[in-house]
Amino acid sequence: MSETAEHTGHHIDVKEFHPRAQAAIHDPKIRKNFRSAMDGLMSKRKTAFEGWDLETLRDLGANVRLRALANLPDLLEQLEKKLIENGIRVHWAVDGDEACRIVRDICKARDAKTVIKGKSMVSEEMELNHYLEEQGIEALESDLGEYIVQLADETPSHIIMPAIHKNTGEISQLLHEKTGTDLSNDVEYLTASARLQLREKFMNADVGVSGVNFAVAETGTLCLVENEGNGRMTTTVPKCHIAVTGIEKVVPSMEDVSALLALLTRSATGQHITTYFNMISGPRKAEELDGPEEVHLVLVDNGRSSIYQDDELLDTLRCIRCGACMNHCPVYTRVGGHAYGTTYPGPIGKILMPHLIGLDEGRHLPSASSLCGACGEVCPVKIPIPDLLVRLRQESVDGDKLHPAKVRGHGAKRSSMEAMIWKGWAWMHASPGIYRFGTGAASKFRALQPSKAGAWTDYRTPPKLAAKTLHQRMKERGQ
Amino acid sequence: MSSRETILQRLRNRTGGELTVPECDFSVLVRDDWSTKERIERFEKMIESVHGEVHHCTEDMWMERLAEVLNTRGARNLLIPKQHEIGQSLRTAGRNDLPELLIYDEPIESWQSHLFNEVDASITSTRGGIAETGSLILWPNEDEPRLMSLVPPVHIAVLRAAELYTTFHEAMKAQNWAAGMPTNALLISGPSKTADIEQTLAYGVHGPKELIVLIIE
Repeated sequence: MSETAEHTGHHIDVKEFHPRAQAAIHDPKIRKNFRSAMDGLMSKRKTAFEGWDLETLRDLGANVRLRALANLPDLLEQLEKKLIENGIRVHWAVDGDEACRIVRDICKARDAKTVIKGKSMVSEEMELNHYLEEQGIEALESDLGEYIVQLADETPSHIIMPAIHKNTGEISQLLHEKTGTDLSNDVEYLTASARLQLREKFMNADVGVSGVNFAVAETGTLCLVENEGNGRMTTTVPKCHIAVTGIEKVVPSMEDVSALLALLTRSATGQHITTYFNMISGPRKAEELDGPEEVHLVLVDNGRSSIYQDDELLDTLRCIRCGACMNHCPVYTRVGGHAYGTTYPGPIGKILMPHLIGLDEGRHLPSASSLCGACGEVCPVKIPIPDLLVRLRQESVDGDKLHPAKVRGHGAKRSSMEAMIWKGWAWMHASPGIYRFGTGAASKFRALQPSKAGAWTDYRTPPKLAAKTLHQRMKERGQ
Repeated sequence: MSSRETILQRLRNRTGGELTVPECDFSVLVRDDWSTKERIERFEKMIESVHGEVHHCTEDMWMERLAEVLNTRGARNLLIPKQHEIGQSLRTAGRNDLPELLIYDEPIESWQSHLFNEVDASITSTRGGIAETGSLILWPNEDEPRLMSLVPPVHIAVLRAAELYTTFHEAMKAQNWAAGMPTNALLISGPSKTADIEQTLAYGVHGPKELIVLIIE
């Protein structure tokens, strides 16, 4: 097991990004697993959009999301009304803890002992599994990747492919140790073993917990995108289904969904569509023979309404969680998902997590980027991720005078020394006489220039000041 | 104040003021009007690319093809709808080349382990298909419950060529989904699969290992 993989969600220190990134960069297995996976995903995405006017489609995706966000409070109310009409119970949670308590209370009211889970990043955000275990309720992941990650007591390293950091040999070893399967590199055998183990669990689980990809206000429909069928099992077999979702996932109509679905699966895995697109609009009716008796939706805020306040930061909420930004990120591809130490890794994590954990704890996130712009170019809903990274970098070093604090931990990275240097820099550049004197003096005493300039020179040769300033040389040329 | 009010109030009293609502032009989703033949070709290509199987049938011979499909797989039984004409015709056909016919006419609680462990194949109708993505539209109901297309290892779906739409956008509009949705609606595009172990595709991880489409032309 690699150093980076040893950490699990609830005791990870986000601040330790640098040592983890270092370890990952020097781990050939991490490098190989992510490189080959991301290369494959990038080329599949490209092929999947062939024949599409991708720019126009992305414009539509962006507008659909922006329109939904512009009407967010109204849409949430409409969604709630429609869901209640359809027989689905709606709950609201200000933060992850409240959302966990709501899930617990539903479980307790049903005397539920076991929960089976479909993939849900919001539940990762809430650390629901951990919480339920503490409450004496078993919570088992059923998505194969999530199941593997849970058996290993780890967290997902990619939002779409949670176990991408592990190779077949490691998974075989893990399943052997934890579930008693034979050691084998035959993926079919390993998958079939997990199928058998999980089918038993589906049949006996008291409650199913899932995420939501899109919540449709007009019809009161919860849409789930998946390939395995575990999402359908989770939402159909147990007598009670609890869906958890961020408040930003609501869209006005099924037509909006048709646009976002066309973008989501192609951007995520290069699939034209996933195997299952599951649309749930109510619990089992009296005459129906299967499906849950009870369906609940937990609408989770957890920092989203704060992001919503600011015109620029708001764009973060457009995200449809496809993962294309991480697939195309040169940093993510090299360090893998665990190095970030956050629920959402990669570019989207870098702009989303600071809101959830604050800029003090997440201080390294906005700067863990080369600002190459690939994430913004592939984002299906055109989130200007690089701009948002710059904004968050600014926020993290700003004094409170410049901007009202929008993000928790605003100014956490501010150093009075650095601030003073930049102040001096600005002052010098604004006064020609001082500028000429300063550059002249710097050239004269260039031998005294330090050979190290902090982290900048760790991997770079420091630039040397020229013997003469540009002004001096121009003067010598008689111009 | 309740959490609901807290959240809604924060969203309503946005410090950045009211947001502008952009226009959404969905025309990029509209494809050329493919002919039925083109739609069938595209559907077949797409669903085969994800490990689905297509059989071209006519009204007269689909049952024969179904029997072949089941016999080559050694299916011991077939779960069929009770009311739908597919189920009716299978039951009244009196064929001896079909396996035992089962009907899902009791609540799941009374026969869950039998469904999970003993049923080899199922056949359902569809509400049409989508050519562009190779998808089947299913609206499960009391006659064809939700688990029918999920639990048995082989799922056979009957699709009428005339009900094949070009895109999801077109299907959803034509069938007026905005007017109301059933408790559960599905798009199914291939058998259950995963690539969670080192990106290697494996089929039948939780749902059917095989999806077989009988297209009635």
